[in-house]
Amino acid sequence: MTAVSTGAEQSAGYDPDDMMIVAAARALRGRRVCFVGIGLPSTAANLARATHTPDLVLVYESGTIGAKPTRLPLSIGDGELAETADSVVTVPEIFNYWVQAGRIEVGFLSAAQMDRYANLNSTTIGDYDRPSVRLPGAGGAPEIAASCREVIVLIRQSQRSFVEHLDFRTSVGFGDGPGDRARWGYRGAGPTLVITDLGLLRPDPETCELTMTDLHPGVDVDQVRAATPWDLATAEDLKTTEPPSAEELTRLRALQATQNR
Amino acid sequence: MAEIQGLAEAIEDLVHDGDCVAMEGFTHLIPVAAGHEIIRQGRKDLTLVRLTPDIVFDQLIGMGCAKKLVFGWGGNPGVGSLHRFRDAIENGWPVPLEIEEHSHAGLANRYVAGASGLPFAILRGYFGTGLMDRTDTVKTVDCPFTGEKLAAVAALNPDVTIIHAQQADRTGNVLMWGITGVNKEAALAATRVLVTVEEIVDHFEPRTGGVVLPTWVIDAVAEAPAGAYPSYTSGYSNRDNAAYIAWDAVSRDRDTFTQWIEEHIMQSAPAVSS
Repeated sequence: MTAVSTGAEQSAGYDPDDMMIVAAARALRGRRVCFVGIGLPSTAANLARATHTPDLVLVYESGTIGAKPTRLPLSIGDGELAETADSVVTVPEIFNYWVQAGRIEVGFLSAAQMDRYANLNSTTIGDYDRPSVRLPGAGGAPEIAASCREVIVLIRQSQRSFVEHLDFRTSVGFGDGPGDRARWGYRGAGPTLVITDLGLLRPDPETCELTMTDLHPGVDVDQVRAATPWDLATAEDLKTTEPPSAEELTRLRALQATQNR
Repeated sequence: MAEIQGLAEAIEDLVHDGDCVAMEGFTHLIPVAAGHEIIRQGRKDLTLVRLTPDIVFDQLIGMGCAKKLVFGWGGNPGVGSLHRFRDAIENGWPVPLEIEEHSHAGLANRYVAGASGLPFAILRGYFGTGLMDRTDTVKTVDCPFTGEKLAAVAALNPDVTIIHAQQADRTGNVLMWGITGVNKEAALAATRVLVTVEEIVDHFEPRTGGVVLPTWVIDAVAEAPAGAYPSYTSGYSNRDNAAYIAWDAVSRDRDTFTQWIEEHIMQSAPAVSS
């Protein structure tokens, strides 16, 4: 995750991962409670804390509620998360009382594959019984997807990760379209925002299908279409993401320098 | 009442070929030393259960100790794949590995039901996911009060649960603190319980967030200083993140892995009780 270039034409000095992290941090502005996974989500949530939303409550799956790490953790159970937390609870409690009961405002998810309804696969590539790649599996994702009040998905946009049909549905976005979430009894709104390396997508309020609403600086529509195997819907008033500001980048670099290794 | 034993003796007494063995600890308090002793004693055909199979499960699987794995998330946190876990599932090496997978919430609730003496637990989840079709221990149930359809997960009662904790006292009461994950539930769900501890003390000091498991729900306590390494024990050690990162290269290749096990596990002596 190093910057691509320091050349004058790319004087901004950030790479696609940086843009994703900054966009995710911005989406947390003014939020209260966020369920955080390791990697880009944790970096984004801590960037939000370091910039505009210092009181953001970070909840990690290890049961640490209100963790205030000074270094980016490598695992969701690094010691500093527990030491700085307001409360440390058990795993059954974090899911039953906090996630399932709807106490988490925003949950982050990522995956190897996503379809047009923001359903996610983090289980297998290829056949389930004879996978070509066995991925880690569900972890906390299915309940985050079901019960956080909103979900933000972070995923790189390519023909490999955006698919017509998931090899396995690990956690749900909108199922096969409108009505599915209600039928399943899920109380969370589902994925309200998908952040990729190329731009932002949001579900269409009528059809639930993901619509490209924003492009990151320097990205054009042909590029996102080429990275998407289905006929990608685009918003009429397609916006351009603000590039990362100098302050955002400075804070981000400072955070990354603390990565717990 | 818990018997205070040496680790080798405790594993010999409590863990048998073919058993269902849960080893918990969520990032923190992972019973790694006990897992290594199971490898040294060459246990086979185990059904291994763990929310988050990590390095020690990768080692047990790579050494062919398991015939089945019940789990929620099998990866090297923040690093990537568990290569022995993948090799077993993708290629059946060194022996085929049957899997039963859940979400963390689902598996945690299976322990809760097991610890509660109930046949199943309920949660709002699984619907719409492929896990529902692939996992026999998930079904649906109608709420008798509201009619709401919910997911039911079967109780899990391991033959033996192994956890790591900070301290035991001389009568075998166990104290743990920090991230306790699903340790209490997994212990109370099991037929037999082994707890490895950093040290045995005369008296417990009061601890914020401390959890005490009374001696009469435990079968054996074994002293195993640094027994969670490269995981950690709050108050005693820090997580060795570099070891987790280094595991990636070690575990990627079958020969490198086998050699590493020989050097670091087979030729290292078991912990002894004081």
